[in-house]
Amino acid sequence: MALKRQVRVGNQWMYARDAWRTLEEARRVTLEEERLQQQHELPFIRKYVFSTDHKVIGLQYGFTALCFLLLGFCLMILMRLQLGWPGQAFSVMKLIGAMRAPGGVLLPEAYNQLGAMHGTIMIFLGIVPLAVGAFGNYLVPLQIGAPDMAFPKLNMASYWCYFVGGVIMLSSFFYSGGTANSGWTSYPPLSDIATHGQTFWLCGMVFLITSSLLGSVNFLVTIIQLRAKGMTLMRFPFFVWAQFVTSFLLLLAFPPLEAAAVLQMMDRLAGTSFFLPSGLVVSGQVLPNAGGGNPLLWQHLFWFLAHPEVYVLILPAMGIIAEIIANNTRKPLWGYRSMVGAVIFLGFMSFVVWAHHMFLTGMGTVISAFFQTTTMIISIPSVIVLSALFISLWGGSIRFNTPMLFALAFLPMFGIGGLTGLPLGLATADLHLHDTYYVIGHFHYVVAPGTIFAMFAGVYYWFPKISGRRLNEFWGKVHFWISLVCINGIFFPMFMQGLAGVSRRLYDGGIQYAHAKAIAEQTNPFMSVCAIGLLCAQVPFLINFFYNAILALLGRRNEIANQNPWQATTLEWAATTSPPLGHGNFEVIPVVYRGPYEYSLPDSATDWTPQNQESVEPALPPGGGMLPEVAVAQREM
Amino acid sequence: MDAHAHAIDAGHDHGGHHELEIPFNVAPRPDTGVYNAKLGVWLFLASEVMLFGALFSSLILLRTGAAHWPVGKDTLHVLPATINTFVLILSSVTVVLAWANLRLGDLKMGRIFIGVTLLCGLIFMLIKAYEYNLSFSHEHFPKTNNFFAIYFTMTGLHGLHVLGGMIVFAYFLTFGSKMWKTEPARFTNRIEVVGLYWHFVDLVWIFLFPTLYLL
Repeated sequence: MALKRQVRVGNQWMYARDAWRTLEEARRVTLEEERLQQQHELPFIRKYVFSTDHKVIGLQYGFTALCFLLLGFCLMILMRLQLGWPGQAFSVMKLIGAMRAPGGVLLPEAYNQLGAMHGTIMIFLGIVPLAVGAFGNYLVPLQIGAPDMAFPKLNMASYWCYFVGGVIMLSSFFYSGGTANSGWTSYPPLSDIATHGQTFWLCGMVFLITSSLLGSVNFLVTIIQLRAKGMTLMRFPFFVWAQFVTSFLLLLAFPPLEAAAVLQMMDRLAGTSFFLPSGLVVSGQVLPNAGGGNPLLWQHLFWFLAHPEVYVLILPAMGIIAEIIANNTRKPLWGYRSMVGAVIFLGFMSFVVWAHHMFLTGMGTVISAFFQTTTMIISIPSVIVLSALFISLWGGSIRFNTPMLFALAFLPMFGIGGLTGLPLGLATADLHLHDTYYVIGHFHYVVAPGTIFAMFAGVYYWFPKISGRRLNEFWGKVHFWISLVCINGIFFPMFMQGLAGVSRRLYDGGIQYAHAKAIAEQTNPFMSVCAIGLLCAQVPFLINFFYNAILALLGRRNEIANQNPWQATTLEWAATTSPPLGHGNFEVIPVVYRGPYEYSLPDSATDWTPQNQESVEPALPPGGGMLPEVAVAQREM
Repeated sequence: MDAHAHAIDAGHDHGGHHELEIPFNVAPRPDTGVYNAKLGVWLFLASEVMLFGALFSSLILLRTGAAHWPVGKDTLHVLPATINTFVLILSSVTVVLAWANLRLGDLKMGRIFIGVTLLCGLIFMLIKAYEYNLSFSHEHFPKTNNFFAIYFTMTGLHGLHVLGGMIVFAYFLTFGSKMWKTEPARFTNRIEVVGLYWHFVDLVWIFLFPTLYLL
């Protein structure tokens, strides 16, 4: 081929192809030196444990959150064993102790504990830290061209608050009274009079809320203040926009839950009755509290957080998917501006829909009508984003690699999750569906094959960025296909159960109810088998992940010749090495000249034009193609 | 003003240890017009508004739903609370004076005013303690009824905020003021930021006082 064109590197003329290699080698050596130097600078504990570098903190968040996700999933496996084969003894149950599962049979109160902790761990300790703490922390500064987060020490404090909150939550497993058992929603009056595990839950939540407060302030300031030159708002990668809106939601929605946690703590510890009505009878006795409180107050405060929280779960996922789809279709995103407008609108609207979780509480038809209207309105921006992503596929030359497969699966899965939510937003339909398995199916479709698939897509996509190695494609695809089949096997029957009227949170899956017995017996064992299948499907991922992570730690890279394996345009790929430099990210802070997704520009030699590339390299006559980095080097010499 | 120019120079080579320079840590970003910490504290205060807003909403909901709701001026102690209101307003003035003096390059007066602010915070907390004690001596506890429950919760949380501010002022009066030698502009900014927080704490009290004590 034609790389015979000569370029000058330093004071030496050489063939372009050799120049490429030389530059690559020079960069590798610089990187190595830099790294050695850094290792001398900071002691181990400041560098890897109490680090203020956003990349290390991102990895800490990511690793911790993945562990919590696995733990939350394992709790669910125990619950599914009980649901699939009620009352049967399983030796694996003995892992959670004789007081919870004597003889391997799960006790009802232990089932409640597992349920409460599964929800809490998955949402507050798993997905939000992974989506925001890990992906956001690692990528946002790189994508906007910042040397670090605006407040590196707060960033570290944020991680450690999260860690302490997680430890407090987990420590209640070892407390003799058990963990919180009033569900992840902790509705009073039940939670007010529950065992002390609930107090652990509240303490843990206060730490988690503090962590997300510190994190969200940090993200917002970073995105507003530390943008590189030329990085205007409409040149943000969509992921940055998603994180920006998410941070606003975390900033403004979490404090009411903190207030609610303080009030519930007062109820439990100081004997107040914020959430306890007068004359409440517990175990045949009237509670001695003063009374006069309102259990619905908790629900309002809780859902004021927890509805925006749903968008905290889904927005970063949409951001990740948008990056991957643009990259793998080799096209600009369709309707980028509408998507940005949609997520901002979504952010605002998410604060005025919370009471659609409370249609059954008897708060009144006028209020229900208001909230069902806002709920219908908020479905519009989600549909805009999803439609734009679907249309982006049109006419693209799609590369079906593992991240793209997860991203493509996200679209219909999130679609099912979103559309099944519409009946729940209408008060009349919700009267039937409320608190049934239909609800469980709905939000799991949004979060599990939706958000978690996006998280996997992100892991496969950015793993080369972080480590300098690509994950194995074959095992990635095995992971994907088995997961996709099994996850639908778990969640789709939930819609059937819910429509048949099976209530959620039943210890035996509903077999003691006449209307629920038949469908529960038909579907529950199958769903449990699928859950175990899903667990097995994670084994190739774990091996793939750790095998490559360890090799990367040992300094062995399989993509050493190519810093930008996906040929992406955004700054995190185009302007830094893989893995990025230590503290500071960029050798020279990049300048941004163009939008985030300039793929397949008609006049360009390559099908991707990085954001920090000033002018488009014209397409050379056939055979005259040059790699753009060499071209840049040539100009500078 | 010379101090400022000096600070911006000094910012680059402070400390022997290599520390990363975050852009716009001291000087404002031209297109947004603020430095990082100032934007950060405004966002933090937005979050605090939501925290206290949720508690005020709870108060309204509990009060409108209650068959009988005690009137604050009959059951609480208005005089110490009134004095406290003036103490806090005074401290908001002194913290501005502290910042203004630092802006003019006068560390001595700046520190005096930080000290006065700290003292005001202390007086507020002592009067608050006296007032709590009076309530306790009348057998008024959080569990007595929801009025006292929300009273103790909200004033207690506000007291924690005052305490937090006092700790920060104490730090800037002692160890924290070392920064003046190397980065006076950054130190001045820090007082501005904590001052914004202090005004907010003051403002919460301005809302709490009539809502709980007078209405």
